[in-house]
Amino acid sequence: MQLICRRSILWPLLLLLCAPALHAAVLPEDRMDVLYHRYDGGGMDIKGPSVLVRKSFADKVSVNANYYVDKVSAASVDVVTTASPYTEERIEKGIGLDYLSDKTLYSVGVTASDERDYIGRTAFVGVSQDFFGDMTTLSLGYSHGADEVRRRDDPDFSEDLIRRSYQVGVSQVLTRNLIVGINHELITDRGYLNNPYRSVRYLNGGSFAYQPEVYPRTRTSEATALRGSYYLPWRAALHGEFRWFEDSWGIDARDWSLTLVQPLSEEWVLELRTRHYRQNAADFYSDLFPFQDAQNFLARDKEMSTFRAVSFGATAGFQRRWPGMPWVDRYGARLGVDLYRYDYRDFRDLRVSATPGEEPLYSFDAWVTTLVFTLWY
Amino acid sequence: MLADICRVGALLAVLLWLSACSLTPPAPWVQPYERARLADPIMSKDRDPAAAAYLKHVHQSRERSRGAEGSAGGGCGCN
Repeated sequence: MQLICRRSILWPLLLLLCAPALHAAVLPEDRMDVLYHRYDGGGMDIKGPSVLVRKSFADKVSVNANYYVDKVSAASVDVVTTASPYTEERIEKGIGLDYLSDKTLYSVGVTASDERDYIGRTAFVGVSQDFFGDMTTLSLGYSHGADEVRRRDDPDFSEDLIRRSYQVGVSQVLTRNLIVGINHELITDRGYLNNPYRSVRYLNGGSFAYQPEVYPRTRTSEATALRGSYYLPWRAALHGEFRWFEDSWGIDARDWSLTLVQPLSEEWVLELRTRHYRQNAADFYSDLFPFQDAQNFLARDKEMSTFRAVSFGATAGFQRRWPGMPWVDRYGARLGVDLYRYDYRDFRDLRVSATPGEEPLYSFDAWVTTLVFTLWY
Repeated sequence: MLADICRVGALLAVLLWLSACSLTPPAPWVQPYERARLADPIMSKDRDPAAAAYLKHVHQSRERSRGAEGSAGGGCGCN
């Protein structure tokens, strides 16, 4: 619970399961992906497998299922300064269904995430429609999440969190080489939004002391993303994205990314990518409050602070036909490595003894590794 | 500024939708037989869905922003 920001865990997998809703009116490919993932940085070691299976029937219906595991070993700066290192495991399962009718694709899906102190449930419905000679796609989606927050050290602690998300997206073919799109998403939360283990610090004489974080019980956020994909003359693709974000807690964020996909041969493909992210702190964030109960809402979670993150990554992979296996069209594998650098502007490293408020600013590097095996059938 | 962008985007989406429903659609200026490059798998944002979803999970676990992370869609009428 301390390690991962629970509010966000379900979304990537939900989007994965519901990806067809955000695409043109075609069913996704029949495939099975087996992923091994690892995140290593900032005292956190998170790894585990994931399996995604998609199968279509009669060119009308496609079903998908996903199984995902996070094995966590946590000794982050937050953990070692206010608690003890710990290990835990999170298992997430999801199923989804897509139904294609002419140029309209209907999608539904559910996911369930379970660990000792957090239970998450999310359902999604979406529709996608092609028009203007299939040059334009409009996608609409709604998801509803109902979570339960618990504490490992308090069996009587139980809080609810309800999340609603509204999504709209339009993509447009502009030329034979260029497709662009815009997505907008409004998310509202109501309920317990704290991490029950996190604390803020405040000045207490010549030193500092801790008290629990206090967050508002509602949050509304809006994000808008512009994307474009361009086919380069030598058979390569350049993908770009820019996203704006703001929420009712006063957080503003921007990020942009570029990805170059370069085939090296008929079988091998190399991908290079970079991503730059920055955000400002929430209105009620402070690294060091002047006194206890200094304001109604209190936060010192570093994810709520002002910081920048920059990453560079590469993936190399291949695909081959598998003529000896009648039920397999082809198979492939990909290895990806990304290096992230996080620089915090108002979150200090309390592992260093110094006058309160004069500790060095915190920063860390993280390596992210993905290894994927895929069968297309 | 973001709110203005959102409002304009939503308005454009609604106008596009109403146009599609009530007006004669304009002829596509990129014909289906001209979309081979757009149909190339390297142009797909979902060529590696499991790894892409995991990287989004990494971002959301370390950052407070969220939403609008899905791809904007194909829409190339390639199939």
